[in-house]
Amino acid sequence: MTEENVWESEGLTAEEYEMITAGLGRRPNRTELGMFGVMWSEHCSYKNSLAVLRNFPTEGDRVLQGPGENAGIIDIGDGQAVSFKIESHNHPSAIEPYQGAATGVGGIIRDIFTMGARPIALLDSLRFGELADEHVRYLFEEVVAGIAGYGNSIGVPTVAGETFFSPSYRGNPLVNAMCVGLMDQQDISTATARGIGNPVMVVGAATGRDGIQGASFASDELTEESEEDRPAVQVGDPFMEKLLLEASLELIKTGALVGIQDMGAAGLISSSSEMASRGNSGIEMDIDLVPKREEGMTPYEVLLSESQERMLVVPRRGKEELVKEIFKKWGLNAAVIGKVTADGKIRVYNQEEPAAEVPVRLLVDDAPVYQREGRRPGYLDELQEFSSRDFLAERKKNRSGTDYNQELEKLLTSANLAAKSSIYEQYDHMVQLNTVILPGSDAAVLRIKGKNKGLALTVDCNGRYCYLDPEGGAEIAVAEAARNLVCSGAEPLAVTDGLNFGNPMNPEVFWQFEKAAAGITRACQQLNTPVTGGNVSFYNESPVGAIYPTPIIGMVGLLEDLNQSTDQYFKDEGDLIVLLGETGAELGGSEYLKVVHDRVSGKIPELDFAREKAVQNLCLKAIKQGLVKSAHDCAEGGLAVALFESCSGNSRGARVAFETELLPEELLFSESQSRIIISLAEENLAEFSELADESQAGYQIIGRVQGRTLRINSLIEVEIEELKAKWQAALPAMIN
Amino acid sequence: MKFAVITFPGSNCDRDVCHVTGEVLQVTTEMLRHDVRQDLTDYDTVILPGGFSYGDYLRSGAIARFSPIMEDVINYAEVGGPVLGICNGFQILLEAGLLPGAMKVNDSVKFVCRQVKITVENSEIAFTGSLTRGETLQMPVAHQEGNYYIDPVGLEELEANNQVVFRYLNQKENPNGSLADIAGICNQEKNVLGLMPHPERASEKILGSEDGKKIFASLLDYLSSREES
Amino acid sequence: MDWLVKVTIQLKESILDPQGQAVKTGLEALGYKNVADLQVGKYIELTVSDQEKKQEVNTQVEEMCQRLLANPVIEDYNYEIEELA
Repeated sequence: MTEENVWESEGLTAEEYEMITAGLGRRPNRTELGMFGVMWSEHCSYKNSLAVLRNFPTEGDRVLQGPGENAGIIDIGDGQAVSFKIESHNHPSAIEPYQGAATGVGGIIRDIFTMGARPIALLDSLRFGELADEHVRYLFEEVVAGIAGYGNSIGVPTVAGETFFSPSYRGNPLVNAMCVGLMDQQDISTATARGIGNPVMVVGAATGRDGIQGASFASDELTEESEEDRPAVQVGDPFMEKLLLEASLELIKTGALVGIQDMGAAGLISSSSEMASRGNSGIEMDIDLVPKREEGMTPYEVLLSESQERMLVVPRRGKEELVKEIFKKWGLNAAVIGKVTADGKIRVYNQEEPAAEVPVRLLVDDAPVYQREGRRPGYLDELQEFSSRDFLAERKKNRSGTDYNQELEKLLTSANLAAKSSIYEQYDHMVQLNTVILPGSDAAVLRIKGKNKGLALTVDCNGRYCYLDPEGGAEIAVAEAARNLVCSGAEPLAVTDGLNFGNPMNPEVFWQFEKAAAGITRACQQLNTPVTGGNVSFYNESPVGAIYPTPIIGMVGLLEDLNQSTDQYFKDEGDLIVLLGETGAELGGSEYLKVVHDRVSGKIPELDFAREKAVQNLCLKAIKQGLVKSAHDCAEGGLAVALFESCSGNSRGARVAFETELLPEELLFSESQSRIIISLAEENLAEFSELADESQAGYQIIGRVQGRTLRINSLIEVEIEELKAKWQAALPAMIN
Repeated sequence: MKFAVITFPGSNCDRDVCHVTGEVLQVTTEMLRHDVRQDLTDYDTVILPGGFSYGDYLRSGAIARFSPIMEDVINYAEVGGPVLGICNGFQILLEAGLLPGAMKVNDSVKFVCRQVKITVENSEIAFTGSLTRGETLQMPVAHQEGNYYIDPVGLEELEANNQVVFRYLNQKENPNGSLADIAGICNQEKNVLGLMPHPERASEKILGSEDGKKIFASLLDYLSSREES
Repeated sequence: MDWLVKVTIQLKESILDPQGQAVKTGLEALGYKNVADLQVGKYIELTVSDQEKKQEVNTQVEEMCQRLLANPVIEDYNYEIEELA
């Protein structure tokens, strides 16, 4: 590296270096250049995505805090609020899966309790290559163990999630973690540095050299050499974070704080400059005063270290001792390292020697924003042209007598549809005594102690749909998340989005990103679920190629009456089974085509928002009137898989008969949207029909809960217990 | 009546136990810090809750066992005070020598969180008096080190003295590989109970099972009859 | 004088070691079929300072192992003590 392209080591371009030089009126020194390198990385500045994200609907009656803070906050009534956010930790997990996943969980938990909320739930959304690959099995097992290791220890239950396998994620797994916290509205905290002369303090763990340049690392593609970049991966200490959580919440309750922020990606430099930016202030600090656990650290290293379990806090002047006292009680460090200033600069000293001086505005607010070029990928035309009906007709010609039982079994024992209990049983999903609906159903339901209210939580995305149609796929992700909540008896309130894409410099990837964002925007407007925050992760590429575009939707819903919480499992013999919505010939992008015919092609299912809303409204109304015993979103794998899943929980059978023009494969496995399977007692049918007839949802009584087998027309007849055993054994068998 | 729940650094079921004893059972419950010595004789029961005390670093319960308040817990147990250790609390009692044996990592080497069925093997101690021998209870486990071990002589003594209080219903229900399907044991004097399943997670209908509440209810029956006599 | 102490802790031989079993199975899956036995243990390194006699260090470390570092119910331990310059 020559003196001329010194910026490259910090991941900056020549033009960006020019901007910095112009802004400073001089060349930056190495420390300053490092500061810009991380602050102007995609991870911190959103420079390639901001222009697109600005279109999201972010306002609503219940939104108390939208995007821009550590996490969003929504009003749930009674003076209470919920804070929630999703975040990715993809690259660290690709390199060191256990620690990468663990620190991803630790980071998102910190984001929530810095808002003043007690974390009450975690969700995880995972993507891996296929389990036949030994390295994928290693990544999968270690990621799950890392999430378990952190979440279980700190005592926040992991209550829901999704796991999807596709070769597209082989070199680059996705690990997105969402955390949800509950608080009294009076305890809402912000990450702001205000009040000239107020002290700036680092609390929690000591600072070491771990994770330096993690933010820049996240903003680059993975290469063969990435595994050697292990020093960039941080090590998590959930025990330390548990103490930090208790100490921070205790401190917030005292009212002594002006602001508090997690020292996450890009550590001290990002937390201090972002807090100063929000407060329209400056910060002056001496890195010599930062508690360290390694000797001889340079200012550059201290500023950029991503050592975990640390926070930056700004208390009111005179409250320094109180802060120290509280943290000491929990066995933690708290050190004054500087103060809030009026001049809008980050000024860094090392033993009183100036080390860096940069205007906050230049570092944070004036970071470049790019409108990248987008281009529709060439692969789409050919893939969308595929007609499943022609394909099936062709297939019929060549063979006779398809065994649909076998096809159903093949689907249910495939990695994506197999039971996920072997994953979520490794997570403590019950600690804190709130989990009313456990993992495995459409959404988790948590009670709120002392109230008759509950929260429903889910994460959802079908990356394969988004690959075939990013806009439609993203719309479906939002609609399905909302549907999951509705099935659980909740009203959907708000969204956090985890946007995972390839390299944005590639116009085809950027097009996917733009389209997916447009889909989220439209669906969130239609379903009245504002986006309150989220995360963008680009550069999810590897030598194997770009990942499927994967815009993960985390959604929170509210149950006004906890007694209305509903799971997906059939309850009582003789209950009627009703299908809300309509089934069409929509096998494009389906699990059926992938698993049975190894095809990823076709037009993905259509989403008609009018119908979607009608179906959701009808379902929720019926639940609220106490008519519904179970409700299940009919999604991946289609009707046959959804019916099996409803049968599995309480080992009930079902007899289903259907008049249809559809081909058997379409009837059983089509993934038409806006469908919900409910069960109800026969005596409630009249009342239900009255509701349903007023609705535009469309519904059909398709059968009864009955016996020990699932029968669908003359196509399917399977023993539930037997199939359930295979369904549960499938995933563990793929790993061992 | 008054209960004490000890909070160690890293305990994470302390609030849960307080919720059940305090809110559900309406017994005055105080959370006591690990690092403050305390005369526990004022309390009718002392509970060591679940969690990851000191991160479970080194061995689960090994470091917590040396917390200052543990001296008081040992004294309290020695004079016959009822002590209940749940999950990590059980592990701490083993490390402290208040109960015999030790915990290994689960046979699966993984953390396991799920509902299990256990049977009541001894229904004559303070915590099980209202239960019947052979009765099956359902409650969740959530641990990575619940694989109970004791040497053959020790096991014989446990069985002979009726110190095995709960057993997993059968090998299939045994989530961790523990010796003789042991889920919970008491000391010779029968006033100290440790168990891996979480009764506090099965004490409200809305959470799926109230079987755990029966253990707390037994304890309350025992304590009130003791007060009367 | 300062001393470097290296403590290793293992499950007693008579006790089945689930972690050891799992790692052994893992090695077998990688093709190492001739691993006859495998035990997972712990290794702890500590520096004892301001102690003149090795015998004193020995007594101290023995006590540490008995009281905290190992669980004598299921674990064996041994240690080496080296003089630090």
